Amino acid sequence: MRATTPAEDFVRGIWKENPVLVQLLGLCPALAVTNTVANSIAMGLATFFVLVGSSLLVSTFKKVIPHEVRISAYILIIATFVTIADLVLAAVVPLIHKELGAFIALIVVNCMILGRQEAFASKRPIGRALLDAVGTGVGFMIAMLMMGTFREVLGNGSILGVPLFGDNFEPWVIFILPPGGFLTLGFILLAFGWWQERKSDTARIRQWPHGVATPSREEAA
Amino acid sequence: MGDLLWILVSAMLVSNFTLSLFLGLCPFMGVSARVETALRMGMANIFVLVITSICAWLLNTYVLPYAPYLRLISFIVVIASLVQIVEMAIRKISPTLFRELGIFLPLITTNCAILGFAIFQTNRGYGFLEGLTFAVGAGLGLTLALVLMASIRETSELSSVPAMARNMGLVLIIAGSLSLAFMGFAGLFST
Repeated sequence: MRATTPAEDFVRGIWKENPVLVQLLGLCPALAVTNTVANSIAMGLATFFVLVGSSLLVSTFKKVIPHEVRISAYILIIATFVTIADLVLAAVVPLIHKELGAFIALIVVNCMILGRQEAFASKRPIGRALLDAVGTGVGFMIAMLMMGTFREVLGNGSILGVPLFGDNFEPWVIFILPPGGFLTLGFILLAFGWWQERKSDTARIRQWPHGVATPSREEAA
Repeated sequence: MGDLLWILVSAMLVSNFTLSLFLGLCPFMGVSARVETALRMGMANIFVLVITSICAWLLNTYVLPYAPYLRLISFIVVIASLVQIVEMAIRKISPTLFRELGIFLPLITTNCAILGFAIFQTNRGYGFLEGLTFAVGAGLGLTLALVLMASIRETSELSSVPAMARNMGLVLIIAGSLSLAFMGFAGLFST
């Protein structure tokens, strides 16, 4: 494995390997509970807490956990933190807890969290594992907020329950219903694809500035 | 009897696990490129869901009344280990069946569809028979979604899509349209 600097460990999860927008991990919560901004924030914070907590524990005990049962051990650690988050949310914000419902418990099987333990926390020192977990958690929260804002603004005409457009706005209800989740993430990924396509096109022009005929992507394919 | 039918159809179509509850998205995105694989994945899902249903019912009836805070952890541990045991048994008893389903079983033992199913069954207070019906309905729903998605993807592979849609964006837009279509089933039971 190539050595990385602490800054790289932190930034990687936010941008280049964003769990939701690039790796498409942890899609269940990202699509299911992002219908309002408040839900997205609660879910993002709960996942952040579970991710950082379990990375810390896994990295601390990495020498003690036998290799054969490591996955079960990780899942037990994650499930413990999820139970804590579940009880805390139920006590502090009962309304949001009710709306999120089973999806809090489902943080346990979020592949993003297990993936970070297996790929990173179980091999690196505690400080690096924490940095990586915080970076990935922030990346997840950014993605959740993006989707939550998009969906609540279009589907309900408000942010955090505060109306934005006045009485004449007809809410685009489909965006707070299930199909809206798929479509929102789809549009975001299309935008990313368009941006990357444009970037590679400019790079090609820079490489052949005098108009040498190079096959375009369509012709080459 | 009418109740059981309602549970079956509602789990399969009206509140389809993948398309309206967003459960089991990883296999939905990952294993939906070929119809044949998708079908086998669906079968494996039905199988694990039935085992889960029985496990969850046993735990809820005999164990969890004494220790409700252990629900999440015990569900995961018991389901994962039982699926592992059944997998070994199948490998011994019927190697053909194992080749058909085997490779998918470890993938789905702690999938969100499975755990979500156990939690839903508990929250709705289903009995043994209702739970089994719910499991079969949910499994059929997952299979239906997987096969539909795989058929569309197989067809779209040969068509020329814009370059920016060559990543997962296209798949998600297709999933959105499918989910939109499944919303039509919501009116099925209103009368």
